[in-house]
Amino acid sequence: MAAANRIRDNRTLGGLVAEHSVGLFLSVIFIAPIVWAILSTFKPPSEARQPPIPPWPTTGFSIQNYLTLDSFGAGLWHSAQNSIFVAVSSVVLTAVISLLAGYGFSRFRFPFKNFFFIIILSTIMIPFQSILTPIFLILSWLGLQNTLTGLVLVYVTLQLPFSIFMMRNAFDAVPKEIEEAARIDGARSVALLTKIMLPLVWPGVVTVALFAFLNTWNEFLAALVLMTDQSKFTLPIMMTAVQSGRFGAIDWGAVQAGVTVMMIPCLILFLLLQRFYIRGLTAGAVK
Amino acid sequence: MSSISAKAGTVPVRRTVRSSKVDRSHWIGLLYIAPAIALVTVFFVIPLGMTAWMSLHNWPLMGGHRFIGLDNYVAITKDVRFWNALKFTLYYTVIVTIAIFAVAFPLALFVEKPRPMAGVYRTAFFMPVVVGFASASLLWAWLLNVDSGLFSPAAQMLGLTEKKFNLLATFNPAFWSIIVMVVWKVAGFTMVILMTGLQSIPTELQEAAKIDGANAWQRFRAITLPLMRRTVALALILSVAGSILAFDQFYILLRGGPRNSTITAVYWIFNQSFVSFKLGYGAALSMVLLVILVVLSLVQLRLLRNPEGT
Repeated sequence: MAAANRIRDNRTLGGLVAEHSVGLFLSVIFIAPIVWAILSTFKPPSEARQPPIPPWPTTGFSIQNYLTLDSFGAGLWHSAQNSIFVAVSSVVLTAVISLLAGYGFSRFRFPFKNFFFIIILSTIMIPFQSILTPIFLILSWLGLQNTLTGLVLVYVTLQLPFSIFMMRNAFDAVPKEIEEAARIDGARSVALLTKIMLPLVWPGVVTVALFAFLNTWNEFLAALVLMTDQSKFTLPIMMTAVQSGRFGAIDWGAVQAGVTVMMIPCLILFLLLQRFYIRGLTAGAVK
Repeated sequence: MSSISAKAGTVPVRRTVRSSKVDRSHWIGLLYIAPAIALVTVFFVIPLGMTAWMSLHNWPLMGGHRFIGLDNYVAITKDVRFWNALKFTLYYTVIVTIAIFAVAFPLALFVEKPRPMAGVYRTAFFMPVVVGFASASLLWAWLLNVDSGLFSPAAQMLGLTEKKFNLLATFNPAFWSIIVMVVWKVAGFTMVILMTGLQSIPTELQEAAKIDGANAWQRFRAITLPLMRRTVALALILSVAGSILAFDQFYILLRGGPRNSTITAVYWIFNQSFVSFKLGYGAALSMVLLVILVVLSLVQLRLLRNPEGT
């Protein structure tokens, strides 16, 4: 018995080392491309044209790639501003609208409630790629063609099914008694929502906001179709134009600088708010 | 006013409070969901109806449009390039889905076991997921580049190839490069979904089977897989739907090349609608794609709904 135990212990120790070697090896593989790109952006332009072996700069540290990038078209920082405007506005609008709708669907009874809920949720099944042409026409009828505002409205609409579903579940999880107690104390609807309910459903709001940011910051096809004016390009569209050689020979150092600018906010937000991201993923998966 | 009656706490009084709340709610509830309904109507329901309507028209970007009945759909049946695009899309969907599962399932089994560092590994495998498809494509466009990239110069330095080999010049290397890129980018996502399924399996079951002498593979087939059917179906739906709608990576990395061999369905619709500006025809193509996707989703949803319905 003791011998058997010892054998098992030995195997666990060996197994432990093997397991962690595999884990570390795989982690390196998954993270390597990201690190490779980020490190190589600090090479001087002449070195950035060479294959990135090794990935880090060997002939001196330089931020020239980032400066170069600003000279293409309307410039990297202009596109970055567009992206920030679009992502932040979409996040705020998505959070507010889905908070209101989630509260409405969870706490009130009104005619056609289920009908509206099903309509909103079923849009998840329809690929937005198939309705881009009419969206393009509707935006121009509204006088919003080629405007970031128009793009924001489209993005918010695409975020709503998931966000409203999340927020309704968040409100459903709050016991009705809390609200009734507050109502007895004389709280009005709006104050009730902002003062008493909001702190209770806050994790849901963070999840919704995080998904809205990542999705709108990275969205490509709608922005490509709807934003035809170069001054309205978001980062992914701008960088694709640079990479396609639209502004002359492809400067890979500059392209990776752009990719870095696109990746960093997503990675930081994910690392900080990972728990909320996984929550959103599993909430969608389980239900 | 309601506070007094509620404090009284008797049953009939409570009921009147309830009903008055419901009456008032009729309007207030609608008010809360109004912004969402407005947006979904203007930017989803109406466009959806318009897509169907436009598909029955000859609709150029400039100038008037003309009702032509089902002519667009007749034209689609003869559109060889669309069917090729659809065929390629399905081929890509099948291959990439198998590849994603082949990587994500072992990863899920690996990170699911509670052990030190499991969280760190999970985070590492998941990092590429939060990077956008456009960023990932631009990053890999560089790694795959024949002169300034990583793979072909590295292969040459290691003596694997005699001279630089352009991975993106011919169909098979280009196609498999995309598969590798997408698996790298998406496997972590599928992994987390599968992981939630694995975690819902009671450990006693596995322990009991272990005592009965079942080996790891037998346990996986007899316990893990059947109990994970719902989760697997969900991961499958997400992977299939995402792959059928693939566009970014093919547009950015390959521009549909080499020789138009990697044009996906969405890419072809994009070309017809926004490069050739045949909006009516593009709408008809969209309807075809939409029907295919909805049918596929419904079939897979049935799979999800009836785990025992064999």
